[in-house]
Amino acid sequence: MQPAVKRIIFYVLLFALWEGAVYVFEVSPALLPAPSDVFVSLYEGFSNRTLIYDLGASFRRLFLGLAIALLLGVLLGVLLAKSKTADETLGSLILALQSVPSIVWLPLAIMWFGLNETAVIFIVVLGATIVMTINIRTGIINVPPLFIKAAKTMNYRGLRLFTKVTMPASIPYAVTGLRLAWAFAWRALMAGELLSAGPGLGYSLRFASDFGDMARVIAIMILIMLIGIIVDLLFFQRVERKVLRKWGLATD
Amino acid sequence: MFLTINNLNKSFINKGSSELVLSNINLDVREGEFVSILGPSGCGKSTLLSIVAGLTSASEGNIELSGTPIKGPGKERGMVFQQAALFPWLTVLENVMFPLLPVMSKKEAAEKAKHYLQMVQLGSYTNHSPHEISGGMQQRVAIARALAMDPALLLMDEPFGALDEQTRSRLHEILENIFIETKKTILFVTHSIAESLKLSDRIVVMGTQPGTILDIIELDFPRPRSQSKEELLSYEEKIQALLKSEIDKVTEKEQKHAASR
Repeated sequence: MQPAVKRIIFYVLLFALWEGAVYVFEVSPALLPAPSDVFVSLYEGFSNRTLIYDLGASFRRLFLGLAIALLLGVLLGVLLAKSKTADETLGSLILALQSVPSIVWLPLAIMWFGLNETAVIFIVVLGATIVMTINIRTGIINVPPLFIKAAKTMNYRGLRLFTKVTMPASIPYAVTGLRLAWAFAWRALMAGELLSAGPGLGYSLRFASDFGDMARVIAIMILIMLIGIIVDLLFFQRVERKVLRKWGLATD
Repeated sequence: MFLTINNLNKSFINKGSSELVLSNINLDVREGEFVSILGPSGCGKSTLLSIVAGLTSASEGNIELSGTPIKGPGKERGMVFQQAALFPWLTVLENVMFPLLPVMSKKEAAEKAKHYLQMVQLGSYTNHSPHEISGGMQQRVAIARALAMDPALLLMDEPFGALDEQTRSRLHEILENIFIETKKTILFVTHSIAESLKLSDRIVVMGTQPGTILDIIELDFPRPRSQSKEELLSYEEKIQALLKSEIDKVTEKEQKHAASR
């Protein structure tokens, strides 16, 4: 049987079981609404455009934050890869910050920027910058020395050696960094919106929760999940696999 | 003299103590000559080539190419490594164009690159990616790339060492034809006696610990070489005798090291 067929059967069974269980045990919709209610809520959200509005607001922040993070991440990554002193000092701080979920910066961010969009974007930037920095640094450090030697015998040095050999040779790591930066940014954004100001998917989720509308809460959760899957699986993982194969780094 | 190597020494610092890798190397290479450097692994033959390429610096002595001291890599010396070292983000054609782009227009570079790809019989693979062609073909692209700069001296560091027997002997023919056609000076590092006999005008036989030149053997046979197999056999025995004591030396050192542990 095709994996896709197996998967469809699995999800149909899962939703049937869920729907059945809610009816049989008469679960209160305040605890767990039936999947049919969730889909109705999802449909309503799209037909009255509130969810589209939220999606637009969230994506705007995400792309703004991600763009700033990628720029910063590339600059910092190059700095750490090229300067031993920077790597030993700033590098250790960046590695240490990696273990701190970016959302814990929100209280400070709210004090600095106010309870608004800027604070949320700050959280997104922080979450994505660190992982991008680490990947760019690793990518540059892992450029095969043979490539550099070969280019030197062809009279490439200095900035030209860096832009024509080092940078393209580290693209596989940059792509992985981009994929992880997106994932970190998406999670940071949802957390930030949940705890701060609207509009946005995270904010609407909390708003629905305040009014006990659990069908809408789950509808938004499904939406968050779908966007994560679509971007990661259908876009980033494909690009990553293609690049790894071309660069001769794929294991299959 | 075209390439002169004078009293060259090279030592590496290893665990705090300095280790002599190349000792008192003297070698003159004439223009248009095919010279092989033959020796067991660890004799420093690749280091010697790397010093000529300008990628490694000598500890003592001097090297001159057409009267100019070598102080770093330069485009008058092309290099082919054991791995093809093609850039995976570029096509076959773009790889060969790579050394040309800083000095000429894209169109000129493409024309020139195509010419050299035809020379290595890969004219119809210009748009392939390196990962789509075989190892032997990749190595031919690397040769075309080194030739594209039109270097006075072509340095080859065991270029066919990682290839299978059939592919290797095909590449020997291609290389010999290129040598006859372009009249390049070639310095060729190898550990295969057969390979050096097939290709060289002179063979520099090196010994190990430290790397020294044991003997330089002249081979005055007409090209292409495939016809004079019988005569070459006597040379093979001579070189084997030269290298035997060197290989014993390596084995003895390994056993001593094992016993001392």
